Amino acid sequence: MRIFVPRDAAARALGADAVAEAVAVEARRRDIPVEIVRNGTRGMIWLEPLVEVETAAGRTAFGPVREADVAGLFDADFGSHPLALGPVEEIPFFAKQTRLTFARCGLIDPLSLEEYEAHGGLAGLRRALTMDAAGIVAEVTESGLRGRGGAGFPTGIKWNTVLGARAEQKYIVCNADEGDSGTFADRMIMEGDPFSLIEGMAIAGLGVGATKGYVYLRSEYPDAIEVMQAAILVAREAGVLGGSVLGSGRAFDMEVRVGAGAYICGEETSLLNSLEGKRGVVRAKPPLPALEGLFGRPTVVNNVISLATVPVIFEKGASHYRDFGLGRSRGTIPIQIAGNVRYGGLFETAFGMTLGKLVEEIGGGTASGRPVRAVQVGGPLGAYFPVEKFDTPFGYEEFDGQGGLIGHAGIVVFDDTVDMLRMARFAMEFCAVESCGKCTPCRIGSVRGIETIDRIGRGDAAAIEILTDLCETMKEGSLCALGGFAPYPVMSALQHFPEDFTTSHKEAAE
Amino acid sequence: MQAVQPAPSADDIQSLIEQHLHLEGPLLPILHSIQETFGHVPQAAIPLVADALNISKAEVHGVMSFYHDLRDAPAGRHVVRICRAEACQAAGADAVSAAALDRLGLDWHGTTPNGSVTVEPVYCLGLCACAPAAMIDDRLHGRVDAARMQDLLKEVGA
Repeated sequence: MRIFVPRDAAARALGADAVAEAVAVEARRRDIPVEIVRNGTRGMIWLEPLVEVETAAGRTAFGPVREADVAGLFDADFGSHPLALGPVEEIPFFAKQTRLTFARCGLIDPLSLEEYEAHGGLAGLRRALTMDAAGIVAEVTESGLRGRGGAGFPTGIKWNTVLGARAEQKYIVCNADEGDSGTFADRMIMEGDPFSLIEGMAIAGLGVGATKGYVYLRSEYPDAIEVMQAAILVAREAGVLGGSVLGSGRAFDMEVRVGAGAYICGEETSLLNSLEGKRGVVRAKPPLPALEGLFGRPTVVNNVISLATVPVIFEKGASHYRDFGLGRSRGTIPIQIAGNVRYGGLFETAFGMTLGKLVEEIGGGTASGRPVRAVQVGGPLGAYFPVEKFDTPFGYEEFDGQGGLIGHAGIVVFDDTVDMLRMARFAMEFCAVESCGKCTPCRIGSVRGIETIDRIGRGDAAAIEILTDLCETMKEGSLCALGGFAPYPVMSALQHFPEDFTTSHKEAAE
Repeated sequence: MQAVQPAPSADDIQSLIEQHLHLEGPLLPILHSIQETFGHVPQAAIPLVADALNISKAEVHGVMSFYHDLRDAPAGRHVVRICRAEACQAAGADAVSAAALDRLGLDWHGTTPNGSVTVEPVYCLGLCACAPAAMIDDRLHGRVDAARMQDLLKEVGA
């Protein structure tokens, strides 16, 4: 009997290790031969730990399982049981998804290259090996893939710039510094399907002529670090990485570098400085990292999801991927629904679903049962959306048109107890804590922002105009998106929830 | 990892440095390994690292002081990190932090007088769909309400 108990960090944070141990103990006690597979998560975090059992009819799920439930599951022979959910693929949250990037996540043993291949893995890399560099880059361009880290820059165009640059050494750098609150897609795929990232980086290397890759992975993700490092060793031993990728005679190898707790290092130039062993201070652009990146050499810097999506584009073809989506937002997007939400988790779908459908129908509204008041989309630098804007379709241009951004596609749900002045203050506070200090609008503006919001909170309505002006300065004058986008949550809170800025608020405690 | 360590010798530090010199951009891996071994990066390591990488002590200090993770003094025996980011706030994290700080009698970054616990804010552990989240030493915890936090603090002797 094969039993799947996720090893994903969220599942473990909810007790999956104790459940796996209990399964082992119970199986021994009953003399039942059991193989426990520590898979990734299927992304339905409210059901974690989600235990699956392989049966003749396919995999059937139980959840959320506590340690104390395990004996009962054995008593029921993993059949009829109050926690039984039936086949995972038939759970509505899962059935409504289009899983391309996350097709294997939660399905396979993350460190089994055999299972990875059995589910379509390495087919993309094998196809890429039959193509020339320009053909590889063209395939990515044709897929319409845009940077999933937040900026939404067309991936193929970035690759083409690196391909056209002449240098002895080029690099592929994967930005795995997923610091945005409400996002965990990078973590989930690195823990649940690490070979997809490795394969994507190898294809990127072949495409632009880079032989070395780095995954810059944040220290707050110890599980992802462990799985990625183990997967790289497996891939190297199997000849997927190394001097001759899959026996092609072409080299690509990679390693994990661990961050040190600086949010700003998710900004690409700051990340490159950090990789070089410097303070994670933002660099002015130009020069573009594509031309002068890591150690001054041409460098592709892509987000985890962008790179982990490359294999399926090569496996199924650019047009297959491009045919999903809306407008200029092509393909699928793994949306992370989080915060005060009933069905929290990762929902991969074609671009175009409305925000309201994602929050109310897919997410099931708030966990507290109170009405939704605001949702923040795109991390701590993303705008707060009121319920009146729930008809906005999920797409880069569509969100931009509403004064927001999709960022790394995290949605954080708040109920009607939220104090929006406090959230605006927090955005400035976060910016002040995490500013790299290089440019004045961000470094000083964020501190002045906190003070000005406190004035408003004390009933000084005249300070609203000062805050608006300050936000304009930060937006236009900051060197990177930290200072440049911190005004989004602040101004959207002010615009959509002015009532929280008029009555006298107590100065938020720090 | 927060166990009290004997004072590191220059030789110990030197050997950690040398293990990483073959890397491109070795400074952060070196500092991480020193901190992993000794619980902090002792002052004595700064000139050794600077010398090995042919950079100034000021540059090493600049990196040390930039990153939230790197410490120049040992933390308490246990480090409690409580997420303060938006998703956790939406699920009630402010009350959890307030209760924890109150019980410990500390402000953020403080260490209890008996040296058992250091409490730090963290901005996102990627557990946003099972918020509020906390990390105690290397273990992650999801759906931590105030009562659960009290239990966890009790477990680490606070």
